[in-house]
Amino acid sequence: MLTGKVAFVTGASRGIGKAIALDLAAQGAIVIGTATSESGAQSISDYLAEAGAQGAGRCLNVTDAEMIAEVLDEVAKTFGVPTILVNNAGITRDNLLMRMKDSEWDDIIQTNLNSVYRMSKACLRGMMKAKGGRIINIASVVGVMGNAGQTNYAAAKAGIIGFSKSLAREVGARNITVNTIAPGFIDTDMTRALPQEQRDALTQQIPLSRLGEPEDIAKAVTFLAGDGGAYITGQTLNVNGGMYMV
Amino acid sequence: MSGIEERVKKIVVEQLGVEEDQVTPDASFVDDLGADSLDTVELVMALEEEFDCEIPDEEAEKISTLAQATAYVEANL
Repeated sequence: MLTGKVAFVTGASRGIGKAIALDLAAQGAIVIGTATSESGAQSISDYLAEAGAQGAGRCLNVTDAEMIAEVLDEVAKTFGVPTILVNNAGITRDNLLMRMKDSEWDDIIQTNLNSVYRMSKACLRGMMKAKGGRIINIASVVGVMGNAGQTNYAAAKAGIIGFSKSLAREVGARNITVNTIAPGFIDTDMTRALPQEQRDALTQQIPLSRLGEPEDIAKAVTFLAGDGGAYITGQTLNVNGGMYMV
Repeated sequence: MSGIEERVKKIVVEQLGVEEDQVTPDASFVDDLGADSLDTVELVMALEEEFDCEIPDEEAEKISTLAQATAYVEANL
């Protein structure tokens, strides 16, 4: 159980982030979910309230260091200092490298990788004071095995894995664990954007013969955030239906 | 002992988990009081909070004893 613990989940208005927020809340955590718009933040507050959970949504641009500081400060005052951080926010800007624009590369690195650096740094002080914490970063199977058309996305996701291993070594002695979850193809808006043919072809490569559900990832996050994750750090948990076995 | 030194000492004792009499003005945080690199970062962060100031990295690197920490705070408060 995570009763009374404050969990901060970025990109929580839909998809995997929403499932994570709800699952952590179901374990008793006070969950702060972020979205890039006020309406997204409101929808998080609404679904948490509907689930009878504690917590709220907040509007946050994870590429804006100043905004991160402001939001974390306010959250600490209102709910308490987060000791569980789930860096989930992410976007895609797929293109073949030969056609990729600098803006497509930069957007992905900013939103998917730099955000993990900024958020983790901003939350560490509180975790150190609390004498413990859990940082769980959501990477991707694509960061582990590569994917044509996603050099930018794969670079950011692989970057998260290296970042997590290094930070795990830095703060392990402070009872703070840092782990990565690498989801396979999960049935969300992000993968619904793929053509049906490609989804079918993908499914054939998955031993469990289905795309994952957001809840499949959420359960893994809750495991790492809870007592089960106490002695796990610097690891990449591959939750992908077997499509890539490490 | 100045008021500032007293406050700095209290933080050192708290952060490094050492006894007050171990924290002599020239005892090295790392060599004599057993601090690791994270401890020293945390110590500087605690000083920043206590005295509501920002200690730049290049200055923080030079702070390795109670006397140095006190002198820095006195000079920059």
